[in-house]
Amino acid sequence: MKELEYPFDSSYILKKRKKLKRELLENGQTRIKKKIAVLGGATVDDIVSCLELFLLDNGIEPVFYKSEYNMYWEDAVFGGEIDEFEPDVVYIHTSIRNLRVTPAVTDSGEQVESKLRAEYERFEQMWQKLYERFSCVIIQDNFAMPYYRLLGNSDVYDIHGLTGFVGRFNEKIYSYARGRNDFFVLDINYLSACVGLDRWYDLTYWYLYKYAQSLQAIPALAFEISKIIKAVFGKNKKCIALDLDNTLWGGIVGDDGVEGIKIGHEDAQSESYYEFQSYIKAHKDIGVILSVCSKNEHENAIAGLEHPEGVLRPDDFIVIKANWEPKSENIKASAAQIGILTDSFVFVDDNPAEREIVSKQTGAVAPDIGEAADYIRVLDRSGFFEVTRLSKDDLKRNEMYKANAKRNELQSTFADYGEYLDSLEMTAVIRPFEKVFFERISQLTNKSNQFNLTTLRCSVSDIASFAQDENYVTLYGSLKDKFGDNGVVSIVAGRKKGDELDITLWLMSCRVLKRDMELAMLDSLVSAAKKKGIKTLRGLYIPTAKNKMVKDFYDGVLGFEKTRQDDDGQAEYTLDIEEYENKNIHIDVKE
Amino acid sequence: MTEKELYKRLNEVFRDVFDDDGITVDEYTTADDIDDWDSIEHITLIGAVEDEFSMRFKMGEVSGMKNVGEMAKIIMSRGK
Repeated sequence: MKELEYPFDSSYILKKRKKLKRELLENGQTRIKKKIAVLGGATVDDIVSCLELFLLDNGIEPVFYKSEYNMYWEDAVFGGEIDEFEPDVVYIHTSIRNLRVTPAVTDSGEQVESKLRAEYERFEQMWQKLYERFSCVIIQDNFAMPYYRLLGNSDVYDIHGLTGFVGRFNEKIYSYARGRNDFFVLDINYLSACVGLDRWYDLTYWYLYKYAQSLQAIPALAFEISKIIKAVFGKNKKCIALDLDNTLWGGIVGDDGVEGIKIGHEDAQSESYYEFQSYIKAHKDIGVILSVCSKNEHENAIAGLEHPEGVLRPDDFIVIKANWEPKSENIKASAAQIGILTDSFVFVDDNPAEREIVSKQTGAVAPDIGEAADYIRVLDRSGFFEVTRLSKDDLKRNEMYKANAKRNELQSTFADYGEYLDSLEMTAVIRPFEKVFFERISQLTNKSNQFNLTTLRCSVSDIASFAQDENYVTLYGSLKDKFGDNGVVSIVAGRKKGDELDITLWLMSCRVLKRDMELAMLDSLVSAAKKKGIKTLRGLYIPTAKNKMVKDFYDGVLGFEKTRQDDDGQAEYTLDIEEYENKNIHIDVKE
Repeated sequence: MTEKELYKRLNEVFRDVFDDDGITVDEYTTADDIDDWDSIEHITLIGAVEDEFSMRFKMGEVSGMKNVGEMAKIIMSRGK
C-alpha cells in the first residue's frame, strides 16, 4: 500500500489508521497469522496499532498481546496471560526510562561497572525466561541516546556519563544477539538519529501518556519493527530490477553515447551515480538478485554497463531485459526466468509513470526514489532486504542463479532430458536434520512458498525439537552439480503414528525444479521410515495462493494414492512402502 | 479563522480519527458521545488536532478540557 511505503506521511498514518486497516483487510491479500506479544516499559497502544498496518501490508496478520504499562519485566519473568497466548514473536519496547540505576558523578569506576552489570543482567534474565517458555523470536530495543547530557560532550566518554553508559549497555545487548539466531535488536539508536533526537523525544508525551518517544515518531518505529518481523517470516523481497538511463547513470546512453553518460568521478552527478552503483552491487553479497529492466537497445545497455568508470558490470545481473517491450512484461518474463514471483521484485526507476504501471500490473514494489542523491536513502530505509542473519547461502545466491542460467543453456543442447540430467553430474547429501543446518532449514520453511506442500513455518527451535524427537523422521537434502553447489534445497519431515508416517513438511527450493531431487528425497524418506517400522506414508496438501505448482505432487509425481479431497482443495494421499522401489536414477546420493 | 471554519476542520479530524463520516461535533460534544473515544484514542485525537492546526496543547490543557467547546477555544487562541 502506497501510504505505508517509505517515505511515508506519519501524521496521515496516525490520523487515518482505522481507514487504512479497513482497506488492508478488504484488499484480498493472503496472509500468515502470527502471534506477537508487545512488552512495554512505556505505553505501547499506538505502536501496536501502527505495527498492525505495516504487518498486514507485508502479508502477516498479527494477533497481539500487550503488557500492562511498564509490566514488561514481570510478564516476561513471571508469566501469566502471556503463557496462554504463546507468542511467536516477543517485542520488548524499553528505553532509558526503564533503567533503575544510572551512574552518579560520585561513583567509583567499579560502582559504575556493577550498576551496568546489574541492569544488564535484569534484561538477560528476562530473555532467558522467555526462551525457556516459548519457542519465539525476541526483538529487543536498544536505547536511544539520552535527551540531556549532564557532562556535556564528555558525557559520552567519562565513565560517569549517562550517554556512555547507554552505549556500553547497548554493546552488551549486541554481544548477546551475536550468540543467538532468534534474537534481534531493534536499532532505535539509529532510528532516533534518523528522526533527530530533538524530534524523537517529546517529553510532553512522556509526562502525559508515558510515551517513550514522540507520537510523530511512532509510525517510523512501527515500520522498523515490521521490517524485522517480515524478514524473519520470509517476506523479504528477493530481486532488484533496475532501470538504466537516469537511474544507474546520468543521461541517456542511446542519445548521449557511452562517453556522454554521467558515471564515475568526473563531476557531482557522476559521483552520485557511482555511489549508487556501488550500493546496489553490494546487495549481491547479501543474496539479493540483480536484474535490468530498461527501455533501450540491448547493445547500448551493455555498452553503458561496460563504462570504464562504472561499478556494475553486465556480469552482475542475472537477467538483462533491455528492449522496447512494456516494463511490466519484462518484469514478468524476468520473474519466470529466475524462478521467483513478481511480487518479490523491487523495481527501481526514476520515471514515476513506469513505476505506476509496473506496480499496478505486476505487484512489484516500486518506491518513489526521488532524485539521484536520494536513491540510496530511500532504498535503504525501505528495508526491502532486511538482513536477520547472514547465511552462507545468501552470500552465494547470485552465483547459484548464474549457474542456473548456464544449466538452462546446456539443457537446450540435449535432445533427451535424462541425458541432460546425467550430464550435470549431480550428487546429493540427504540426512536427518543436523544442528549446523537448523538455521538454513528454518529459513527455508519460512521462505518457500511455491514448492511447499503444507507451508508449515518453523522457527529454529521448532526444527531443533523435531530433530530430537524419536517420533519424527527428518531429512534435509543438499544438491551439488558440475556448475556449483546449491546448498540445502529440500526439507522433509514427518511424525510417526503407529505404522504410519504423517508427512508434515515437504518443501523444495524452486531453483532445483525438474532435477529429480524430489525422487531422491522420497527414496531416502522411505528408507528412513522403514527403519522405524513404518508401512505407510501419509501426505497432505494444503493449498495457498502460491503453491498450486504442487497440487498434484503426491499422486502425479510420487505415485501416492489420493484418499481424501476437501472442498477447500486440501487433500490427503497415502503410499504403501513395503514394496517400494527406488525412483531416483540421475542423482548420486550420499548419506 | 472563523468559528465555523474551525468546526468544519475539527469535524474532519474527528471523522478521520474515528473513521466515521457520521460524526458531527459541536461545543457540547464529550468523549461520552463518541463510542470509540477512549483514553488511547484521545491521544491520537489530540495529536491529529495539533497537527491540523499547527499548534500544541499545554500539558495542563490536555487534562483540563471538558468538551469540544473548550478544545475549540484553545485552538481559536493559538491555532492556525
